[in-house]
Amino acid sequence: MDYIAVVEKLRERFGADAVATSEFRDNRRVTVPADQVFAVLECLKNECGFDMLAELTAADYLHYPGARDRYGVVYVLLSTATGQRLVVKTWVNDPDPRLPSATPLWKGANWLEREVYDMYGVVFDGHPDLRRILMPEEFTAHPLRKDYPLRGRGERHNFPVITRADS
Amino acid sequence: MPLELAETAPPQGDEQEYLWTLNFGPQHPATHTTLRLVLTLDGETVVNAVPDIGFLHSGFEKLGEHLDYNQYVTIVDRMNYISPMANEIAWHHVVEKLLGIELTPRCKYLRTIFAELMRIHDHLLCVGAAALDLGGFTAFLYAFNQREKIYDLAERASGQRFHPSYTRVGGLMADVDDVWIAMARDFVKTFPKAHADISRLLNRNRIFIDRTRGIGVLSKEDAINLSCTGPVARASGVVRDLRKDEPYLAYPDLDFQVVCATAGDCYARYMVRMEEMLQSLRIIHQCVENLPPGPVNVDVDSKAVLPDQTAVYRSIEGLIQHFELVMLNRKWQTPVDEVYGATETANGELGFYLVADGSGVAYRARTRPPSYIHFQVFPYLIRGHLLSDVVAVLGSLNVIAAELDR
Repeated sequence: MDYIAVVEKLRERFGADAVATSEFRDNRRVTVPADQVFAVLECLKNECGFDMLAELTAADYLHYPGARDRYGVVYVLLSTATGQRLVVKTWVNDPDPRLPSATPLWKGANWLEREVYDMYGVVFDGHPDLRRILMPEEFTAHPLRKDYPLRGRGERHNFPVITRADS
Repeated sequence: MPLELAETAPPQGDEQEYLWTLNFGPQHPATHTTLRLVLTLDGETVVNAVPDIGFLHSGFEKLGEHLDYNQYVTIVDRMNYISPMANEIAWHHVVEKLLGIELTPRCKYLRTIFAELMRIHDHLLCVGAAALDLGGFTAFLYAFNQREKIYDLAERASGQRFHPSYTRVGGLMADVDDVWIAMARDFVKTFPKAHADISRLLNRNRIFIDRTRGIGVLSKEDAINLSCTGPVARASGVVRDLRKDEPYLAYPDLDFQVVCATAGDCYARYMVRMEEMLQSLRIIHQCVENLPPGPVNVDVDSKAVLPDQTAVYRSIEGLIQHFELVMLNRKWQTPVDEVYGATETANGELGFYLVADGSGVAYRARTRPPSYIHFQVFPYLIRGHLLSDVVAVLGSLNVIAAELDR
């Protein structure tokens, strides 16, 4: 399905004001609210032919000029049959940033969502195994947030030391 | 038959007491660099494999929010360190997409040559290490001998073998000279013999076939559902190659074929990589013979590239332009928008999601790492196979830890 038809279908299913579109260079973006994002992704996968999830990522818009919400979560979808791409964007906020997990639709979303959880703290409901992936299990902060400093808060210098006498 | 992932921990209970856990730890010669697998085994059969990653996590994406578009190329180099210039080409491809810069023809051809050289570089390591892990030491050495020639080419062009940091916004660090072109021609002439040597050692090798045929089968639907790209997906029948589907650099002018297979096992992935190396050589040959003359950097008036030394020292415009690009709080004027762009590297689709806020430093520089996405597939592939197949499957997925963890 071409882009205009896809946007038409989304608009008639979810309402014209829920689906905002934009284009930049060759990216075509659709911005939807967080409570409808799973239904939108399902519609795009099952009816519009976007069978591959190329990328699932997030960004913290705390210091971004003109941002209203804090976390923007982005899904880049790809149709292997036509080679078309579509970027689906949604916004979540503090406190308690939550989104439904996309793993029932694409198994590839598993680790991608784990990384968004680890780095930003966005919780994905329905994820089979939502735990930290890159940071150690006992890490408490979410490092890619803008209020977390580049050099950390001393976690690298506070490891528990086991001496030869204790071990 | 659709693949399902078992629970992440084995069920507790008396009937499961015969299952035992093996830590295929971060330090192990057969895990390519530092990744950890917690295997649950029934005798020698793998019941479940839980990957544990993050040992090489260096905060590359956080650094991307503090370094500018030319400085970050040094970090991007260090992600897939087996094919470093491919990462640089991908990064600057996306930055130039954001800024709307169109490269000069010579730069496009040179970047294409380097992208294909890096593809050969990566596949040589993958094939060599796969052979090494299964016991074939000679193929490994033949592959690494050829990689030395590619390192020499990188050194001649940029001064550094391993992490050249060769691309810049709007062009390259420097042009290549005639000696480099002669070296490239020499590589094109001598590589097929080494490739034939490796094929003769492995293609019809009884042991290699027994250890890779039918192991780690990934079906086409699963490859698409698990977001696989590159040789891993093409060996399962997904006919997608960004060089043909979304052409960039010099690929629209070139004549080459996309290599696919249908079996989806480790042997198919090996064969796809071997044939892709020959196709890459074809591309390099065409590019070297048809290298357009002209400048490598875009015009200085675009305000995206550094002017040359004479202009900086002898004209006020050159000096100002140099100052604007090098000093803090100046640099490039970017649109306040975000873009996703990708190129086809040896491992698959390497993409960057760039959020720009108007300054010369990215607001968010996210890497779409093919190794990360492919390592996720590992537990699905290894269920039911033996412990010794873990090494074969891991080698065929070509997981590079620095790209995995960033």
